[in-house]
Amino acid sequence: MSIALATHDLVKNFGGLRATDHVSLAIHTGARHALIGPNGAGKTTLINLLTGVLTPSQGSITLEGENITRLSQHARVQRGLVRTFQINQLFADISPLQSLCLAVSERNHQGRDWWRVAGSDKAHVDEAEEILARFGLRDVMMQQTRFLPYGKQRLLEIALAIACKPRVLLLDEPAAGVPEEERHEIIDILAALPKDVTVVLIEHDMDLVFSFADRISVMVNGALLTEGGADEIARDPQVRAVYLGESGHE
Amino acid sequence: MAPSAHQMMLDQARWRWSESLFWLSSLAVLFVFPSKALLFSQIAIMGLFALSLDLILGYGGIVSLGHAAFFGVGAYAAGLMAKHGLGDPLLGLSVAAFAAAVIGWLTSFLLLRGSDLTRLMVTLGIALMMFELANRMASITGGADGLQGMMVGPVLGLFSFDLFGKTAYLYALSVLFLLFLLARKIVHSTFGLSLRAVKGNALRAGAIGISVSGRLVAIYTLSAAFAGIAGALSAQTTQLVSLDVLDFHRSADVMLVLVIGGVGWLYGGIIGAIMFTLMQDWLAGITPQYWEFWIGLVLVCLVLVGHDRIKTGVQSMVARLGGKGGAA
Amino acid sequence: MLTILFDGIAYGMLLFVLACGLSVTMGLMNFINLSHGVFSMAGGYITAFLINRLGVPFLLCLPMAFLFSAALGMVLERTLYRRLYARSHLDQVLFTIGIVFMAVAAVDYVIGSQQQTVKLPEMLKGRIDIFGGSIGLYRVFIIALCGLLAVTIQMLLVKTRFGSQLRAAVDDPRVARGMGINVNTVFAITFAVGSGLAGLGGALGTDILGMDPTFPIKFMIYFLIVVTVGGTSGITGAFFASLILGIADVGGKYYVPQIGAFIIYALMVVVLIIRPQGLFSRSKGK
Repeated sequence: MSIALATHDLVKNFGGLRATDHVSLAIHTGARHALIGPNGAGKTTLINLLTGVLTPSQGSITLEGENITRLSQHARVQRGLVRTFQINQLFADISPLQSLCLAVSERNHQGRDWWRVAGSDKAHVDEAEEILARFGLRDVMMQQTRFLPYGKQRLLEIALAIACKPRVLLLDEPAAGVPEEERHEIIDILAALPKDVTVVLIEHDMDLVFSFADRISVMVNGALLTEGGADEIARDPQVRAVYLGESGHE
Repeated sequence: MAPSAHQMMLDQARWRWSESLFWLSSLAVLFVFPSKALLFSQIAIMGLFALSLDLILGYGGIVSLGHAAFFGVGAYAAGLMAKHGLGDPLLGLSVAAFAAAVIGWLTSFLLLRGSDLTRLMVTLGIALMMFELANRMASITGGADGLQGMMVGPVLGLFSFDLFGKTAYLYALSVLFLLFLLARKIVHSTFGLSLRAVKGNALRAGAIGISVSGRLVAIYTLSAAFAGIAGALSAQTTQLVSLDVLDFHRSADVMLVLVIGGVGWLYGGIIGAIMFTLMQDWLAGITPQYWEFWIGLVLVCLVLVGHDRIKTGVQSMVARLGGKGGAA
Repeated sequence: MLTILFDGIAYGMLLFVLACGLSVTMGLMNFINLSHGVFSMAGGYITAFLINRLGVPFLLCLPMAFLFSAALGMVLERTLYRRLYARSHLDQVLFTIGIVFMAVAAVDYVIGSQQQTVKLPEMLKGRIDIFGGSIGLYRVFIIALCGLLAVTIQMLLVKTRFGSQLRAAVDDPRVARGMGINVNTVFAITFAVGSGLAGLGGALGTDILGMDPTFPIKFMIYFLIVVTVGGTSGITGAFFASLILGIADVGGKYYVPQIGAFIIYALMVVVLIIRPQGLFSRSKGK
């Protein structure tokens, strides 16, 4: 089984604070991997390092064997490493259809086409529409994103990432802020993700984590505490201690 | 039958009949008020300058207080060409566009990092540097006295500039129209859409594979070229170039013009230019010296009242009159 | 050469007093204010008026210039500027440029465009020699006074309760509010004091820098350079940035007059390339 995404001894310091503490991970192709840990454990920082939003102080990152540590954000996306954000990061002034068409065009290296009207390529528009339909967003696809209700925006957040045809997908708390009744939509979407896409999930909702993940990594204070199969981790006393909240762990 | 998604995307860029009306009117105006031709060419040039600012402000999200730098570079480039015997207007335009684009390209890298304030400062600083340079190189530029001895040739070798400004206006209007068409194409293209994404959320733009720096450098360079052409037009139609083409007031004025008309819909610059120039003309008759006060007051009121009013007003009017309302 | 250095230091100190208020308010409210120079102009003109028309002694004019500009600042902040805090940077830029244009034209109209002159007290005229370089007594006075002000302001920031409230509010307004600090009041007071200092600087600078209606526009760039190069984390950044700027400008204009002011702008651009958040800023920049 090949390794889709790996880090080697990754460190990130912010002045005196060590946000990422010698993290070494290896995630297999097609894995359903969850990253859990208390607030402030450094999970989002790790995602930011993996995607190039932050540069590591030490260590390296490989994507399907290629060292991507020095690569820009957008170059990593071109190579198939895509993420979603914990707080919706959408394009408020354009519509879901426009947003997805853009992502699809970028993926096909036509993002710099300045001559043809956006959406001229029917295949691209069809693909965008199809993804939106899959996410239940077809009826709002022409509205300005800022007018969409929160639940739909959250779905759009993921749809936009899917439009980039990721090989490795990093989801940062996809269910964040989504009310109980609407969570099943997110869960269904996650279950329907293609098998050859490697998925890494950060989540606090333990039901979601255990229904989705094969393997789980636990982070505390910027370091990896432990890693294993879903059952192992569920039974691990160390992990329970961390979650049942020993004071002093931030 | 409801239009397909493909059709709806294409609809955004459809040419509306109100646009044809606008451009035909701007041509007709010359024949209705032929004595005002010089005023009209001023408006066209200011409109082009404001259009260039719209590209970076409305579509790129870059607040610039120094756009006059490119206007000035273009003006001096064309002026110097005309002074030294290379007076063909279109050649002057090309050289001006090129010179301004080079400066724009070089300085664009300074704008990629840093906050709004940093960008404001850098653009202001660049313009001030250009001003100082032009001032110091008085032997070439004529300094505070201005460039003397410009000999501008006939447009396309056929149409000489006449005293009444008819050629000047038709020339300026044609250039404005052609560049407008180009800007319109770009803005409605995938490139244009990616710019809007960058402006709206640069973080997410990067996260879907868009090279944010690349887009900004490209649009800034293009905007500089447009501004340079506007400067060249100014030089050629008035046969005058002096230090005030690089003055801070010029950068502030074009900002005001664009804001009056509305940022981010291309017509804003032109409509703003019409309103601004007419207002200036009227006020200059009443209180020539303290024009600055009224400009300031307009700016203050505009901000307090909300400067989107005119743009949304015109857009809703157009939508009601028959064009299908798509975002421009 | 020492003379140039002393001149530069005096100029820099003056710039500091003029710009430090701007540095703090920009850092505090993320409010781009291009009209700061208007308060300097107010200070300069009121001083000229008091000295020339009412015969008030120069030294007494200084605190009056401070109070006048501070009051003006407080009034404008409450009535106009306050509405702009939540608006976009573009709106703030446009608004404050508008204010500058109005103020400049109004002063030109009401008072005229001639340079304002102030009669300095006899004891401040003349020159002294230090370490082989000569320097005007007035400039020595400026260095001393501004240095004293700098120290006082720093002490106020560090040692008083208001100072720590201000620093907390600059660091993180949301958290500060949550801790019960009335950020709006803190800002109003800071804005008033900053405007007062600008007025004082204008009064002091009338003799050296010149004072006419174009002052706010001419010097706007200098204030902004101090703020961007110095960063907005506190006044130490503004202090050192002002000194560097003052010395570089005076030195540049003396040694390489062909490029003169060019040096300042180039310096600023270079600094912004290397450290976009300013030379002395602690944060990553807004």
